[in-house]
Amino acid sequence: MKENPISFQSKLKPEDFLPATNEEKESLVVMRESVSFWKDGMRRLVKNKVAMVSLAVIILVMIFSFIVPMFYPYSYETQIKGANNLRPMQYSEQELQAIASGEKVFPHILGTDKMGRDYAIRVMMGSRISLLVGLIATAIILVIGSIYGSIAAFFGGWVDIIMMRIVDIIYTIPDVLLIVLLSFALNAPLEKLVNVPGFGWIKTVGTNLISIFVVFALLYWVGMARMVRSQILTLKESEYVTAAKALGAGNARIIKKHLLTNCIGTLIVTTTLQIPSSIFTESYLSFLGLGVAKPLPSLGSLASEAINGLNTYPYLLFIPALLISLIILSFNLFGDGLRDAFDPKLKH
Amino acid sequence: MAEYLVDIKNERLSFFTPAGEVKALNDVSIHLSEGEVLGIVGESGSGKSVTAYSLMGLTAHPGKLIGGTLEFNGHYINDMTEKDMRKIRGNEVSLIFQDPMTSLNPVYTIGNQIEEVILLHTDKNKKQAHERAKELLELVGINEPEKRLKQYPHELSGGMRQRVMIAIALACEPKLLIADEPTTALDVTIQAQILELMMELKDKLGMAIIMITHDLGIVASMCEKIAVMYAGKIVEYGTTDEIFYEPKHEYTKGLLKSIPRLDAEEHERLVPIEGTPVDMLNPPKGCPFAPRCDSCMKICLREMPPVTEFGDTHYTQCWLNQKAQFEGGKVQ
Amino acid sequence: MAKYVVKRIAMAIVTIWAVATLTFFLMNMVPGGPFLSEKAVSPQAMAALEAKYGLDKPLSEQYVTYMTDALHGDFGDSLKQRGRTVMSIIQTKFPVSAKVGGMSILVAFCVGVPLGCVAALNRGKFLDNLISVIATCGIAVPSFVVCTVLMYFLGVNLKLLPTFGLTSWKHYVMPVMALSFYPMAYIMRLMRSSMLDVLGQDYMRTARAKGLGQFKILFKHALRNAILPVITYLGPLTAYTLVGSFIVEKIFTIPGLGGEFVGSITSRDYTVIMGTTIFLAALMVVMNVIVDILYKIVDPRIKLN
Repeated sequence: MKENPISFQSKLKPEDFLPATNEEKESLVVMRESVSFWKDGMRRLVKNKVAMVSLAVIILVMIFSFIVPMFYPYSYETQIKGANNLRPMQYSEQELQAIASGEKVFPHILGTDKMGRDYAIRVMMGSRISLLVGLIATAIILVIGSIYGSIAAFFGGWVDIIMMRIVDIIYTIPDVLLIVLLSFALNAPLEKLVNVPGFGWIKTVGTNLISIFVVFALLYWVGMARMVRSQILTLKESEYVTAAKALGAGNARIIKKHLLTNCIGTLIVTTTLQIPSSIFTESYLSFLGLGVAKPLPSLGSLASEAINGLNTYPYLLFIPALLISLIILSFNLFGDGLRDAFDPKLKH
Repeated sequence: MAEYLVDIKNERLSFFTPAGEVKALNDVSIHLSEGEVLGIVGESGSGKSVTAYSLMGLTAHPGKLIGGTLEFNGHYINDMTEKDMRKIRGNEVSLIFQDPMTSLNPVYTIGNQIEEVILLHTDKNKKQAHERAKELLELVGINEPEKRLKQYPHELSGGMRQRVMIAIALACEPKLLIADEPTTALDVTIQAQILELMMELKDKLGMAIIMITHDLGIVASMCEKIAVMYAGKIVEYGTTDEIFYEPKHEYTKGLLKSIPRLDAEEHERLVPIEGTPVDMLNPPKGCPFAPRCDSCMKICLREMPPVTEFGDTHYTQCWLNQKAQFEGGKVQ
Repeated sequence: MAKYVVKRIAMAIVTIWAVATLTFFLMNMVPGGPFLSEKAVSPQAMAALEAKYGLDKPLSEQYVTYMTDALHGDFGDSLKQRGRTVMSIIQTKFPVSAKVGGMSILVAFCVGVPLGCVAALNRGKFLDNLISVIATCGIAVPSFVVCTVLMYFLGVNLKLLPTFGLTSWKHYVMPVMALSFYPMAYIMRLMRSSMLDVLGQDYMRTARAKGLGQFKILFKHALRNAILPVITYLGPLTAYTLVGSFIVEKIFTIPGLGGEFVGSITSRDYTVIMGTTIFLAALMVVMNVIVDILYKIVDPRIKLN
């Protein structure tokens, strides 16, 4: 049934049956290159086209909102006389005269708003504000949420129960209520603070924006805290931590080596996904008129202002609306890419 | 009537992963008569389960059968549609898995899950199916079957759940039972009970069993024939006695040395097999076991060994056996 | 079960009480008051108004009075809408919001769950990519953008649908679309990932080994396990959506509770703020209990405690 081909036999030589040396054996073992967690993740991330495109979009938007305004000939707050409600690329009469007399006038690429302010620079400034809010608010959330969550998880027992009950209550209070009340409450003290030397910037940023940060600090960390807590609780129970304890590893080592390295992937991913959610919330608040102070624009307030002229100047609404959706979309997709690349639990 | 209940000839199966083709099965041939018990032994990733699953048409994505013929109970698996396969699964051939904790759907009662397969493959009505489920639970040694039928998987112990899995597998009195490491996840005492139960049921119902395991102790007590697999190949095949008393492949010998024996001399040490299993993405050119083999020869690194037969039932793929013949100057 | 109910009710009361207390003091600590914005009011008249509603009393006394009344089911009169009780405001506005909100959740659920399943079953293929793109866009586009875009194209430009009010079924189309957009996308994503998780479980292999058909495997064995995360998400979502979205109600001029609530905050209508907040908290708690019970029905492993 299983005959050996005769030809096989003829090819064999006696030296073939000599023992192989260790070197010969080892040369055969193709070891797959062992890569570190980070390298492995980076490699997967770079391979992910969607994530890379999103990253490119984010960088592009950042260039547009942080660098381009520095060289832009118009300012977001200057009202150009006679240049109200210009269509994209349209010039006002004064500007046309100036052009006729040989001067160079930078075009209003996106037109102007009803106050005669160049809309392109306002959109750029708007995305700058939205991005800043997203990043700063996320930083606040990350710090408060992870500290709160880890404390609850580490102490466990009654501390945990009470801390988590507080989280539930905060979760139940409607956020609009707190935001409005806080912006009222913070208004007076912040106004006073403006006059204190060194705090003049508060005026430009607007007290409302400060209130937004305070609200983020007070409210939106609960999701992060819950995530960190459950992550640490699972890790605490996991067998490799028990094993590390059994081998006599100290608390510091367990935290550094096991908890942190295993948490960090999830933490990075959650943080990245928190950024679009913060931008989302800011745009929502700005739309309600609770966002940044005038004349400083944010994408949400730009959209909100444009809504009344929707029938005549729809592009005033669609441009910031599109941009905000694009920013949130790219951060989300990039976050998804990060999760696929770095969350070890999703590795198969 | 076919000669064998199961007849797999030269099966080749690959997984086409993004990283490249993984040749999971390479020229695997297995045959089994009715009522026979075959053990497939090997370490993780050697292709034991893949062989058995492919017989049921349950090859996981992205696996693909690329060569050979599979025959079971007169069906030609190669040509069968998914719809026809379904009629066989759970009916003529059944499967029990390694981990009874996760193999039962947590949201349905035991009764529901047993009756489901009865209703699917027989024309019994609900009430009859319920009676049959009760019978089955009694058969697999579960007391108070009426009560158990109403319970959910999480309310039973691991051993109980594996009994339930067996009850599901045997519900339609299959010709073949494939047991994929059925005792690995269980306590040792429960292991013995489950194995005993399986043998008892085999005698009662007369089905054939393919026992997939990495535990040589289990195959020794249960199986008539053993296939030893390594890196997607059957490196040695023979009756239990042949494998245990006249192992011909270095890997088999290594496996036998690594199990504790009661009759061992005092202080005799267990010998582990050094090294790690092959990377199936980049398999070596020659014998896959060569890098871990103590008696490795130059030829082993270069070429796959041919099959050497010893009698009707015993064959191996190892150059060492060819060496003897080469020096003896004759092929067979 | 009885023990669970008692415990749950106790917990609910504590939560609602905590939310009410927090809101009460926060609201009163903030400078300004309900009658400050009305410029025409003379100091005497204002004092009279405050005396009428008991706002001149110490805060602790106000708190005790309010809580005692609330316990008896009396949430007081609106400070700004003369002659209307908070109860009657909620009674007229909530059904409006709840109708739009309820429909939206139904739409989000009925579209999101099947599409999520389809995406998971076609993992990595064109259909999956398409659905994932839609879902990601869905969670990336703020609701005011959805509203205004719908309004502009369907309402203003094509004049297919009325842009304000709620008098015929046509009026419901745009608000429901706008309101269901985000939860629909979220449910799709949730469903897809949990379905993928379930499809990889051992019991799915068992179901296939039994010889069950695709349909039965999907609907009997996979769906029930995969839907659990969606149920969890639906609890708070339902509470919030039923109360109404301020943005959607503002843009489509719907007289609902969401708009009323935000209006009451900006005008400092204390009693309406309190009443609506307590109402929302209660709704939330009830929803969570319903979710817990649903969870128990779907997944027998969950113990109610």
